[in-house]
Amino acid sequence: MNRDWSTLTPILLESIRETLYMVSLTLLVGGFLGLVLGVLLYATRKGNLLENAFVFAILNVAVNIVRPIPFIIFITAVGPLTLATIGTTIGNDAVIFAMSIMATFVTARIVEQNLVATDPGVIEAARAMGASRFRIILTVLIPEALAPLILGYTFLLIGIIDMSALAGYVGGGGLGDFAIVYGYQRFNWQVTFVTVLVIIVIVQLAQMLGNWLARKALHR
Amino acid sequence: MISFRDVTKVFGSGTGAVCAVDSVTLDIQRGEIFSVIGYSGAGKSTLVRLVNALETVTSGQVVVDGQDITALGESELRQVRAGIGMVFQQFNLMKSRTVASNVAYPLKVARWSKERRKERVAELLEFVGLADKARAYPSQLSGGQKQRVGIARALATQPAILLADEATSALDPDTTQDVLALLKRVNQELGVTIVVITHEMDVVRSIADRVAVMEAGRVIEHGPVYDVFAAPRERATQRFISTTLRDRPSPDALERLRHRHPGRMITVAVRENDGRGVDVTAALREHGVAGSIVFGGITEIDERPFGSLTIEVDGDQAAVDALIADLRRSTDVQDLGTREQPLGDDPLASAHVGAARDVGAGGGP
Repeated sequence: MNRDWSTLTPILLESIRETLYMVSLTLLVGGFLGLVLGVLLYATRKGNLLENAFVFAILNVAVNIVRPIPFIIFITAVGPLTLATIGTTIGNDAVIFAMSIMATFVTARIVEQNLVATDPGVIEAARAMGASRFRIILTVLIPEALAPLILGYTFLLIGIIDMSALAGYVGGGGLGDFAIVYGYQRFNWQVTFVTVLVIIVIVQLAQMLGNWLARKALHR
Repeated sequence: MISFRDVTKVFGSGTGAVCAVDSVTLDIQRGEIFSVIGYSGAGKSTLVRLVNALETVTSGQVVVDGQDITALGESELRQVRAGIGMVFQQFNLMKSRTVASNVAYPLKVARWSKERRKERVAELLEFVGLADKARAYPSQLSGGQKQRVGIARALATQPAILLADEATSALDPDTTQDVLALLKRVNQELGVTIVVITHEMDVVRSIADRVAVMEAGRVIEHGPVYDVFAAPRERATQRFISTTLRDRPSPDALERLRHRHPGRMITVAVRENDGRGVDVTAALREHGVAGSIVFGGITEIDERPFGSLTIEVDGDQAAVDALIADLRRSTDVQDLGTREQPLGDDPLASAHVGAARDVGAGGGP
């Protein structure tokens, strides 16, 4: 066993690095695109700033179609698109591409749901002051919903860590792949167990950071 | 300053259509405090939102400061809105910003420079008495303080018009008086025309110069506050007045009064007529009639006395009749009759439903 870990540890560390790389890049790209999509979804809804039944219906259906697809299927289903965009369907970058698309749609829903809870009176007050709709979205809507949005993104981050575990299926790395290849496939439960522990620690840290930031944003 | 010309606003369409504002024509003068009173759903909030085009008219015209705003596009409307302040029942402050930042927001929208913003915010917070709260967040303030911030924010860009939508309805009575006093100061010191939307007649009585009463989307009655109080024509108006002036006995109270006072009772309106009051006691003395005050209340509206006294009169019938005829020359007198021969199912009296209050002369509610 000891001999095992002397060779496994560098691989584990590399896997942690790969997971963090995939997760943070996906969070950045998917999180941003999802914010845009989610704001549009919220704002085009009936009675809101950019009310547009047509755009809302299209976005809403798109989100509803993409979101329920299991990621292990989605990752292969977007293969042609991945190939056309980044030139390959295997490896970490291909996984990041697929995860970013999925994360965009997941985030869109999370963002929309958090924005719905913002007080319409505050939006009305900003309109009464002569602010443009674009300005209201950037300087009122998002700042007012910041605390729940941070918690929503924390939830998203954990979802992305979950998705990244499937990277191994298309030749990617990371902790999921490590647990499967060195743990499950070699009947080494200890490796699986250690990997799970590492993931729990990462998730806990992420959640603590999210909670802390959300509290800072609440001003109570 | 603000003119509504045959303005109608319909929400929805077909069978689900709701006519929130129905053919309203109304003029609000520069420099006055104009109040719109009505029950919830009467259309008053919609009416006031037509002034800064938060809602658009279905038909008719709204003219603000000489400009027909119903003809303007979105970017021009933003200019109009920036020149009209608005305060809200729920304050609508941005919780993610400090007090100073909330007040600075409309200035940012209006592209004031950073130094001028800072100066103006300090000046405004001084004006509303919250200079020490600049760095606080709204959640750290009381309701009255929040509304002061709301007023400071609404005044930031030095608007000529301030719209107050139920600005005191979420506040306790003491705080309500503070905020009303502040609005009055805004009107008197800064010359801002104020439109006050409310369902509380006390608010109208406290600060308004003129009042319009709304019911089911229509303005059913409007005029100077004193005149509307003195001679309400519509039932809804009478009901509103009865909530603030409980000077006339309700039917229940009248029954209790009759039980205690079997004699003839009259209700004498106490108003200012040509600068003179009504000298009830002199009239009683003159006609040799004894009277005891059994119900009533006198308060001040628009700095003039207003109310009524219900008096049990004791004397021979001819003398009492002469007394009533005499009083009627200078004021309204309602003959309530006696216990045996009751009168006074006059709608005006029965409309004044209020808590029973025995002899309450000299004080407002």
